[in-house]
Amino acid sequence: MSDTTVRTRKTSSWVQNPLVDFCLKQPTGAVALLALLVMLFAGVFAEHIAPYNPITNDLAAMLEPPSAKHILGTDPFGRDIFSRIIYGARTALIIGLSSAFVGCTVGAIIGAASAYFGGKVDNAIQRCIDLMLSFPLIVLALVVVAVLGRAVVFGIDINLILAIAIPIVPQVARVIRSSALVIRNLPYVDAARIAGYSNTRIVLRHMMPNLMAPYLIMLTAYIAQAILLEAVLSFLGLGIAEPTPAWGLMLSGSAADFFDEAPWIVIFPGIAISLAVFAFNLLGDALRDWLDPKFKT
Amino acid sequence: MTKRRQATEFAGGRDALASATPYGAAPTGAAGPAPALSTDLLLNVEDLHVSFATDIVNVPAVQGLSLQVRPGEIVALVGESGSGKSVSAHAIMRLLPRTGRIPKGRIQFEDRDLLALPEEQMRDVRGREIAMIFQEPMTSLNPVLPIGLQIIEPLQFHLGMSTRDANLRAVELLRMVGISDPEQRLRQYPHQFSGGMRQRVMIAIGLACNPKLIIADEPTTALDVTIQAQILELMKALSRDLGIALIVITHNLGIVARYAHRVVVMYSGRVVEQGEADAVFHRPRHPYTMGLLRSVPRLDRPRSGQLETIEGLPPSATDPLPGCRFAPRCPFRLPVCDTPPPLAPTDAGSLSACIRAADIAAGKLAWRKPAAVAAEAALRQDAAEPALRVRNLTKHFPVKTGLLARTHQVRAVEDVSFTVERGETLGLVGESGCGKSTVGRLILRLDAPTAGSIAFEGRDFAQMSRVELKAMRRKVQAVFQDPYSSLNPRMTIGQIIAEPLQVYGLAPNIAAARERVVSLLNEVGLRPELADRYPHQLSGGQRQRVGIARAIAIEPQFIVCDEAVSALDVSIQGQIVNLLEALQRKRGLAYLFIAHDLAVVRHISSRIVVMYLGRVMETADRDELCERPLHPYTKLLLEAAPIPDPSVEKARAPQLIHGELPSPLAPPSGCVFHTRCPIATSECRVEIPVLREIRPGHSAACIKV
Amino acid sequence: MLRYVANRLLLAIPTLIGVAIMTFFILRVVPGDIVEAKLRGDGAQVTTDVIERERARLGLDKPRSEQFLDWMKGLARLDLGNSMWTGRPVIEEVAARFEITFQIALMATLIGCFIAIPLGVMAALYRGTFVDTLIRLFAVAGLAVPSFWLGMLIVLALLWSVGSLPPLTFTPIYKDPAANLWQLIWPALAVGYRFAAVLTRIVRSSLLEVLGEDYIRTARAKGVIESVIVRRHALRNALLPAVTVIGLEFAFLLGGLVVTEQVFSLNGLGRLFVQSVARHDFTLIQGMVMLFAAFYIAINLVIDLIYAALDPRVRYQ
Repeated sequence: MSDTTVRTRKTSSWVQNPLVDFCLKQPTGAVALLALLVMLFAGVFAEHIAPYNPITNDLAAMLEPPSAKHILGTDPFGRDIFSRIIYGARTALIIGLSSAFVGCTVGAIIGAASAYFGGKVDNAIQRCIDLMLSFPLIVLALVVVAVLGRAVVFGIDINLILAIAIPIVPQVARVIRSSALVIRNLPYVDAARIAGYSNTRIVLRHMMPNLMAPYLIMLTAYIAQAILLEAVLSFLGLGIAEPTPAWGLMLSGSAADFFDEAPWIVIFPGIAISLAVFAFNLLGDALRDWLDPKFKT
Repeated sequence: MTKRRQATEFAGGRDALASATPYGAAPTGAAGPAPALSTDLLLNVEDLHVSFATDIVNVPAVQGLSLQVRPGEIVALVGESGSGKSVSAHAIMRLLPRTGRIPKGRIQFEDRDLLALPEEQMRDVRGREIAMIFQEPMTSLNPVLPIGLQIIEPLQFHLGMSTRDANLRAVELLRMVGISDPEQRLRQYPHQFSGGMRQRVMIAIGLACNPKLIIADEPTTALDVTIQAQILELMKALSRDLGIALIVITHNLGIVARYAHRVVVMYSGRVVEQGEADAVFHRPRHPYTMGLLRSVPRLDRPRSGQLETIEGLPPSATDPLPGCRFAPRCPFRLPVCDTPPPLAPTDAGSLSACIRAADIAAGKLAWRKPAAVAAEAALRQDAAEPALRVRNLTKHFPVKTGLLARTHQVRAVEDVSFTVERGETLGLVGESGCGKSTVGRLILRLDAPTAGSIAFEGRDFAQMSRVELKAMRRKVQAVFQDPYSSLNPRMTIGQIIAEPLQVYGLAPNIAAARERVVSLLNEVGLRPELADRYPHQLSGGQRQRVGIARAIAIEPQFIVCDEAVSALDVSIQGQIVNLLEALQRKRGLAYLFIAHDLAVVRHISSRIVVMYLGRVMETADRDELCERPLHPYTKLLLEAAPIPDPSVEKARAPQLIHGELPSPLAPPSGCVFHTRCPIATSECRVEIPVLREIRPGHSAACIKV
Repeated sequence: MLRYVANRLLLAIPTLIGVAIMTFFILRVVPGDIVEAKLRGDGAQVTTDVIERERARLGLDKPRSEQFLDWMKGLARLDLGNSMWTGRPVIEEVAARFEITFQIALMATLIGCFIAIPLGVMAALYRGTFVDTLIRLFAVAGLAVPSFWLGMLIVLALLWSVGSLPPLTFTPIYKDPAANLWQLIWPALAVGYRFAAVLTRIVRSSLLEVLGEDYIRTARAKGVIESVIVRRHALRNALLPAVTVIGLEFAFLLGGLVVTEQVFSLNGLGRLFVQSVARHDFTLIQGMVMLFAAFYIAINLVIDLIYAALDPRVRYQ
């Protein structure tokens, strides 16, 4: 029995690379990716890039406006703002990436499992999720901070990461659950059940790979949210502690007292936060647009 | 004419319209005598080209369509997916999406060229002089607006009618399309209507301004076959009585045969043949038309050995061939077919785009008959336990209509019993809501029955141990309806087929697995290179073959085919049916073939079970059921299914089912069919008929036979 | 319909109980003691039995289960107890600050809607054009800019242009509308921008989705003008999801104005919440959490009722 194959356009293998394909199809996403790579670079090589030490005070150079010596000026303690922003990138990335990753992954597993098992398990998990979703992100984060206090390990505040990750879990769980429910009812999952595969295999091999798209999109969105939340918590004094450079911290405390005289001490850290969150959001949008038509069956 | 004058003209004409044949009167046979056609053309499409602009290149969708429609005529535009028939209709209405382009062509409607009209004037034409009815009645009406508003909208808009007058006209329209209690219904919302009723509402909207032409794009494809017959008869009656021309777009040749005066056959964006229905059906002059007519299973002919099919796959739209598009699949192909063929007149009075039309006419070219197959008698293995025995199977689904409301039961399956012998095919037929899919799911153990027993090879599921149940999984597999969602989009074809081999340890290492995958692919007629492709790179027919390969990979003995060919093009359906039969012969498989198309079911099955609203209505051997049906529902099903032969259809006066499907939440008392049964009496309301054997091997659940 | 409302209210009770239990026990796990913080916080020298007496007064010496029962009994009487820090009833503390936060939230919501709905509709209708790109950038920027930083920028701008900061004391709107609005418009703007950004995206994507639906094609086939199609057919369907978002975001604003209040030195609920967290003032935290949860449930109910009013599919089952 003859069967002609479907004609596929010949493309060079170079373009087949997903990264290149993404950059070509989503130029805004490519720009965002570039910006984030810059941020990553700054965070990793902060010691080599920053002109000054971010922590040492220099009271002789308090509140100096931007000049050739201090590109973005100095803060109330005489510290170079540009250097603090560069080091702050490291803090933001560490906290943002780890809390978003932990929150999204845990949330995705819970959501997928809840959808797959259905019935009473699903109902119970749903109730818990609903309960936790009754509070705004920040309220939950505050509660967790209040409960856990501070636990600094290797210079990183683990509890802060948890405080940001935990409120993310129910939000991600809910979205992944609804996607997973759709997948669960598709015939190929039925086929896997009919073939007698174990539940583990079905969830891991058949459902999870098809949930990658919403997962990745949410991940980028929540990295952005996490950075923002870290800024808010630091601003409130419940996040990163002095003297560690953190963008949110740079906007609070003594900055609040002096910013009317020396606006640069708040303008530049704020721009840094905005740009980072902006870039991650754009990346998430571009990812969603890129993934959507390609894997649409 | 000003709008005001048109409105008053309307008022005068209302009486004429009111006396139009209301639904319910006996239909007058098939297409009937052709209406007194004026020679003036209502619509003249000349050399229409439509393409879509994508990022890369312009994709041609229609190339050179020419079409004529006279007032009052019914023209059918026939083709499979990708033929461009739907795009043509949208182009006539100038409703193409943003990426649509019309680089060439002329659409002459009465005295105007529609393509040259400015948009405001085209808007005047739309809905007033040309109306369009779409395929999906469930989504074609705005869910948040009452249907009265949606019907009077064109009246107010085009004719300037006052709301009061428009509402009166709307009531009249609803009555014309056979909706009872129209004044009440005006205020209701679309979700309160069934699919068939919504399509009637769509027709009412189309009729509102008394158009001269209605274009119906697959108007009944999404409906059950009995409802389909109702809707088509309605449209035909309205066309005849009101003198409205119809362009019906469809892939169903039976519908064409029953209703159309003239037929236009399209393939891959081009017209391949067009002419009077009689000529095209009885004297086709293009290989595609010939192949199409032969590959549709027919209820009025004895079952042939194998379905004759058109080989190969539909062409890709993005990479069109020069020359005749059908050439790769054409058994009469010649080298000269690489040049674009013109549409030329034939001896039958039709037009054909085949260079060899004269040869066909002279009878020199005949469609290859499929190889004869060994007699089926060898299949039945006697004195063996039946592969599957179902007894009194019942499934109720609890449904809560509100949080504090009581839980209602949907009686999806009620007291169903049948047997499938080894190596044979049992067809399970019925319309939506009959429970056939649920039966399939129960047998596959995707759901648990509420009552009743299912026994596989003599062993009841309920009595099997866990080990036995696991082993049973290997023996019962399934092929699903939708080729697009039955394969995991993230796995390659090779991985999909190899997975069951790995899980059941049937392939000791990767090389052995690969070998088996290749041999399975060969067995289902696919080339081994496809093993590294992903599902979205394959066509629907190819994906369905992969699904079959996956199902047979672990050597089952029983396969549930749940609407396995319903979502495929007609020319591909035949291929898959033949494949299933070949596999059955070779491997001794038993099938439960679930479908709603009686003709296909009759072809593939040895015995047939007819279901309605969860219960079995009739069980018989396939020929016995189709030639001498006992149950009134089966008779109506057979009447409703149109046969692709205009002369046969002309001689029939099909009896139509009346009423709507009752809600499964509250099935009728006694015989569930009595609310729509032509021979029901008061006893039928009381007594639930038992399935009893009326003739040997032929049982029916009706107290009247 | 009445039954539906009664239904939902009945369902609310177990949810509230769940919230109460969760909050209570989580807080009790917290290290740190309010009495210590309050009495010894300034470095004052206080003897141990003063501390013990204070603890007894606040009921902190009883076993946890007894404290819980006391509190639940209080809840049943709708008595949320007294703040452990100030001694005043929780209700009083909340009521004093409720008006400010509520008004800012309301103004932010209104600003958000007035900006977002027209912008979202325009972005959808002019999809792919320069207008659309501009609006989308505006929306994404709104998500990125921290609202408290925006607040700071607004304060700076005010200083440079007008030369003075907004007043610090709160005057209710009925006493002096001009002063009231002048004080609260700025935090409302800072928060409202983010609200508008979120809503614009949702309105845009919702309208785009609706415009691709089959019934819009039917309307076009009837020859209806595009503006009528958008107004009569598309908008109602498209705004349904937006209603949910507006309601939920409004509810969240009440709890989430924390930092903005800090920037503008406003004595609102957010600030109270942060203070009570820092002070481990259990009763106040519990009380505020319960109130917030109850409010959230009420808003959800209102949203569902509005939905039922707008969407006939919900009304007629």
